[in-house]
Amino acid sequence: MKIRTLLGAFASTIALSSNAYAATEIQWWHAFTGRLGELLAEQIEEFNASQSDFVVVGSHKGNYSETLNAGIAAFRAGEQPQILMVFEVGTATMMAAKGAIKPVYEVMAEGGAPFDPDAYMGAVKGYYTTTDGDMLSLPYNSSTPVLYVNRDAFTAAGLDPDMDLSTWQNVGEALDGLKAGGEDCPLVTAWQSWVHLENLSAWHDVPFASKENGFAGLDTELMMNGPVQVAHIEAMGQWAKDGKFIYTGRRNEGGANFRAGECALFTESSAGYAGVKAEAKFDFDIRTLPYWEGAGNAPQNTIIGGSSLWVMAGHDAEEYKGVSQFLSFLSSSDVQAKWHQNTGYLPITTEAAEQTKAEGFYDANPGTEIAGMQMTGKAPTGNSKGLRLGSFDQIRGIIDEELEAVWAGDKDAKTALDSAKERGDALLRRFEQANR
Amino acid sequence: MEKRVTFKGWLLPMCLLMPQIIITAVFFFYPAGQAIYQSLFIPDPFGLSMRWVGLGNFEYLLGDPYYRASFVTTAVFSLLVTVTSMGFALYLAVLADRLIKGSGVYRTLLIWPYAVAPAVAGVLWLFMFNTRVGVVSWYLGLLGYDWNHVLNEAEAMGLVVVASSWGRVSYNFLFFLAGLQAIPKSVIEAAAIDGARFWTRFRTIVFPLLSPTTFFLLVVNIVYAFFETFGVIHTITSGGPQQATTILVYKVFSDGFVSQDLGSSAAQSVILLVIVGALTIVQFKFIERRVHY
Repeated sequence: MKIRTLLGAFASTIALSSNAYAATEIQWWHAFTGRLGELLAEQIEEFNASQSDFVVVGSHKGNYSETLNAGIAAFRAGEQPQILMVFEVGTATMMAAKGAIKPVYEVMAEGGAPFDPDAYMGAVKGYYTTTDGDMLSLPYNSSTPVLYVNRDAFTAAGLDPDMDLSTWQNVGEALDGLKAGGEDCPLVTAWQSWVHLENLSAWHDVPFASKENGFAGLDTELMMNGPVQVAHIEAMGQWAKDGKFIYTGRRNEGGANFRAGECALFTESSAGYAGVKAEAKFDFDIRTLPYWEGAGNAPQNTIIGGSSLWVMAGHDAEEYKGVSQFLSFLSSSDVQAKWHQNTGYLPITTEAAEQTKAEGFYDANPGTEIAGMQMTGKAPTGNSKGLRLGSFDQIRGIIDEELEAVWAGDKDAKTALDSAKERGDALLRRFEQANR
Repeated sequence: MEKRVTFKGWLLPMCLLMPQIIITAVFFFYPAGQAIYQSLFIPDPFGLSMRWVGLGNFEYLLGDPYYRASFVTTAVFSLLVTVTSMGFALYLAVLADRLIKGSGVYRTLLIWPYAVAPAVAGVLWLFMFNTRVGVVSWYLGLLGYDWNHVLNEAEAMGLVVVASSWGRVSYNFLFFLAGLQAIPKSVIEAAAIDGARFWTRFRTIVFPLLSPTTFFLLVVNIVYAFFETFGVIHTITSGGPQQATTILVYKVFSDGFVSQDLGSSAAQSVILLVIVGALTIVQFKFIERRVHY
């Protein structure tokens, strides 16, 4: 038995390597390890087995920032891969690098693989599409923030776990009840800037930055110190002061607390579903991200986080042909439906979402459809297509600092957000200067 | 008569010096020159264009009150790291020096932490002090102390100082121990016979005789605190809460390697280079006078 498996493996290795000599190689640099890395490798294997002209080779280059840096360094050395995974924050950086990238719509047109831009979900592709409707990079993994509820904690505090939590007003009442019922950690969050400012703005249809959140030009200015945002951060600050909102850190540290059953409510990416499901020893459910009743045009739609695939410039036509076939393969409904169901990331095409529904996945896993609904409820506006801001990683760092000042009670919401705007605008001007 | 060994001609001495000169030129002068050159431009990350801005990057940085504030943070951090790691190492070295049995085991164990990479050390300490699930913060909670370095600035600074000093204690210990063992026993015995107690002997004989080692470590540790600690900061606090642990080198790292603002990052390296250079000159000019070789 063992020998046969070995022989089989050997034979397939030979088959694969001889295949590699004949076929054109496509390099794909990515940032995934663990379960996500395995699923990604499966996609590559499936594509390689499906045809013999091209071989996709995936290489893990570290986390999102490290992968982007590896891609940039490789481009400077003339060794860039054909496909580079870049997180959503790096979108403006990639877009501005006109000589370093080849837009996806061009690759698809030249490569001749089937490509229908309308098949992709508006709210997902919007983040990576120009104002003229040209898709620049292919959305790969996209998620959006939702509200996770620990139902047992609600019951323990004497609250009805089915209570309406669709608005922050209701959540505020729930927090009062939880605190009064002896809950130590009523609310935690992950990725505070993404959830409580970027998505808050889109969800209420108010601008995060001018020029359609930066889509319409590099001369954009931050506007996340508007009344809706200030009111929200003020409320959160008050909850922090009252011990109803517990701050755990800038990334997704709060996830450990929620999954351990220590916290009642948790605002986190829909992609956190798999982790919560695997670890939670309590009854939980997923709700839409709350909004403020009467503020802005809420609920509009939320925006995504995650990464997209950029095609790098400087390769020959044959390689781009392979890239176009691979991207087309990744967009197919079967691949997308499987990806969506296994990871909690959004499907990138409407068809994949429908297929998932038809397969009965949403009925078997209640809550997994919430993210999709939240994204597609309304057609995205200029305020809810996404964000395209240079130096955005640094701007998020500044926002983190200012929000920490609010949670610690050192600054009020208005002062903190005004200061974040001022400091962030300086970075935007620098980015504009570097990319003029 | 003074005994002197000299080389005839230039060729042989140059050949012998060459390896060191080449290494210094390739790994120090060339990158430093590049940093100075790049600090005068705002380049785009992909190297497609460079915009000449003269001293614009420096103006931008020094005009930023948050950047100026991080000078103070850096001074506090470096001082704390240096004092903590050297003080603790000296204490351990004095104890280990007095051991008769089993000193080899102690020495080996004390040297181990030096092998741990800064970023890994950061993760270890972060686990222990995690606000909710950390072992140490849990015990502190039992004692009634609510540890929360994600919002408390002093606690965050304390944590990064401890995590940065931990591995350094080993390194310093090694040098202090060697220094202590190089002090002639006869001098100490003579003092003991004269009736000097341990503390008096330490203060008047051991510490002055140890001063070359102490001075060397002072320079090396300050350089360490200034340049090599960004891994610890990155894993534990990312410079927060607010800006409490944003030291200069962390900003160089995050602006350059996380945010691709290479012009600003290069200018910051140049500023850092100037500061550490000046600091080292000051140390050699004023502190070295008090060192007895």
